[in-house]
Amino acid sequence: MTDNGVLKVAMPKGRIYKQASKLFREAGLSIPEDFDDSRKLIIPVPEANMEFIMAKPVDVPTYVEYGVADIGIVGKDVLMEENKDVYELLDLGIAKCRMSVIGLPGWKPVIHPRVATKYPNVASQYFREQGQQVEVIKLNGSIELAPLIGLADRIVDMVETGQTLKENGLVEMETLFSVTSRLIANRVSYRLKNNAIQALCDRLSQKIAVRG
Amino acid sequence: MSKPKVFEKPTGVKDYLPHAVAKLRRIERNVLECMRRWGYEQIMTPTMEYYDTVGVASATSDQKLFKLLNQRGTTIVLRSEMTSPIARVVSSLLKETPFPLRLSYHANVFRAFEEEAGRDAEFFQTGVELVGDPSSEADAEVIALAIASLQAAGVPSFKIAVGHVGFLNGLFQEALLGRTEEQENLKSHLLQRDHVGYRDALKKLSIEDSVRGELEGILRLRGGVEVCDQALSLSGSPDAQAAIRQLCEVWEVLTAYGLQDHVLIDLTMIGDFSYYTGMTFEGYASHLGFPVCSGGRYDNLLAQFGRPAAATGFALKTTRILEVVGDDEADENRILIVYTKESRREALLEAERIREEGLVAVTEKEDVLKDVLPGLRAEAAKGPFVHRGMAFDRLVVYGLEKEGRA
Repeated sequence: MTDNGVLKVAMPKGRIYKQASKLFREAGLSIPEDFDDSRKLIIPVPEANMEFIMAKPVDVPTYVEYGVADIGIVGKDVLMEENKDVYELLDLGIAKCRMSVIGLPGWKPVIHPRVATKYPNVASQYFREQGQQVEVIKLNGSIELAPLIGLADRIVDMVETGQTLKENGLVEMETLFSVTSRLIANRVSYRLKNNAIQALCDRLSQKIAVRG
Repeated sequence: MSKPKVFEKPTGVKDYLPHAVAKLRRIERNVLECMRRWGYEQIMTPTMEYYDTVGVASATSDQKLFKLLNQRGTTIVLRSEMTSPIARVVSSLLKETPFPLRLSYHANVFRAFEEEAGRDAEFFQTGVELVGDPSSEADAEVIALAIASLQAAGVPSFKIAVGHVGFLNGLFQEALLGRTEEQENLKSHLLQRDHVGYRDALKKLSIEDSVRGELEGILRLRGGVEVCDQALSLSGSPDAQAAIRQLCEVWEVLTAYGLQDHVLIDLTMIGDFSYYTGMTFEGYASHLGFPVCSGGRYDNLLAQFGRPAAATGFALKTTRILEVVGDDEADENRILIVYTKESRREALLEAERIREEGLVAVTEKEDVLKDVLPGLRAEAAKGPFVHRGMAFDRLVVYGLEKEGRA
């Protein structure tokens, strides 16, 4: 872990990766757009003096907290939910969406309010702050199903365009916060690889400022 | 929860097997010896303390304290660190002892973490407190001792980042005079290491752009002593200036120790604002994602126990150091002595002699071994061997004259 060493980057597989690698390339780092063998988990990127660890997005903060990755890219939604002890260095301004409360049109308060979500911590905290006591049900996907089939009266989920909601006859009721991807760093790496991380931050933030 | 299986332990606690204990004891011994040579005397305090005294005074947040009730219903805590118990002792049992006091400790401490791997509920800390000396020399002394201790522990390469709580306090007070809530908001973002949130909060503040730029600039105040010069030009606040001057003094002393290569100045490093009152520092080792030591000046703690005094100190996170230190120590010299009933006396005397030399002697009666003895002898003739999971250097057999000694 010297300052000249290879920077280990926990990269989220899928949607965010495409946008993140594009941003990295615009910032002048030679990062491949996609990898031939997508099943490879550890990918050296010697051109940028980096090594990518391809991770499931929700696991990125964990890798970084433990220091097996020096830095990582992750959505604010995951950071809010996982609550890990990492540095949040930069708002990359990519993968923009929002965390919202969603329900059927004409929702009225029910006796036993139930909220289905992939983000139980975020949802519990939000409703507690609103002074509402709700039962939070954790689901792992297709959250929109819950109000349609009566598992819950509302859901808390990420909304990008709102298309899925519209197609399923759901409406956005409130927005909790807006979500973009962030650059995060391990506590130790942030100090021991200060130069490399600061240089990367500077290049990226220049690019982000230009993009607006 | 279902009934635990017989092998299970509560979350966050660990067993240490002989190999790990040997390593842990070696670190503990070397570090305490190092501290002793700097004039620090070791003390021990109880595992349990009152919540209302040590528990409340502790820097550990309330929800991370292990609490129990005694038979009278008084709340007891398992100690979460050693600084507050030592403050209690300094203010009571040692209250007639003149300052400065140099005390060291090695102890297990307890933290109630949410279920999470890598965060132990019980772990070991080895540390020192230097009580009653407000000078920068004292601050530099504990940093220098932290470096010596990490070296004594065998941590291969590490850096110490030093900051000062007074700098940000002064800077914020100057920039946001009387706007306590906004100051607290900014600090809480920094404490949570949330630089994005900090910048967003700055954008929303109604302050002059030049001030905003300065407050954003602090995120870059990391590096060598040149950082102090940058910081001095950032803020005219007397508190901030005083903090930087102190840091410069500490740096000067550390340079006299010849330790400047181990130390970084980092004004973005935020300790707990309510606890630390001056310089703070953290140590980082290569190949370990968590700090290996932390410390700083805490001039307000002793007053809570009725003997106001300046104090500074640090704790090594000994359990984490265990992960980065190699097993280079040569194995102990062990000798296996096998004897017959007739030669018992002679064999046991030989074992005693070996033990007095400081070597390890394990004795076994020959009839227990009968079948494996020829094999053992063959192996022992070639050099060190393993018997029932234990490594030996030599085999000595008594009472089987025909073959003689192996």
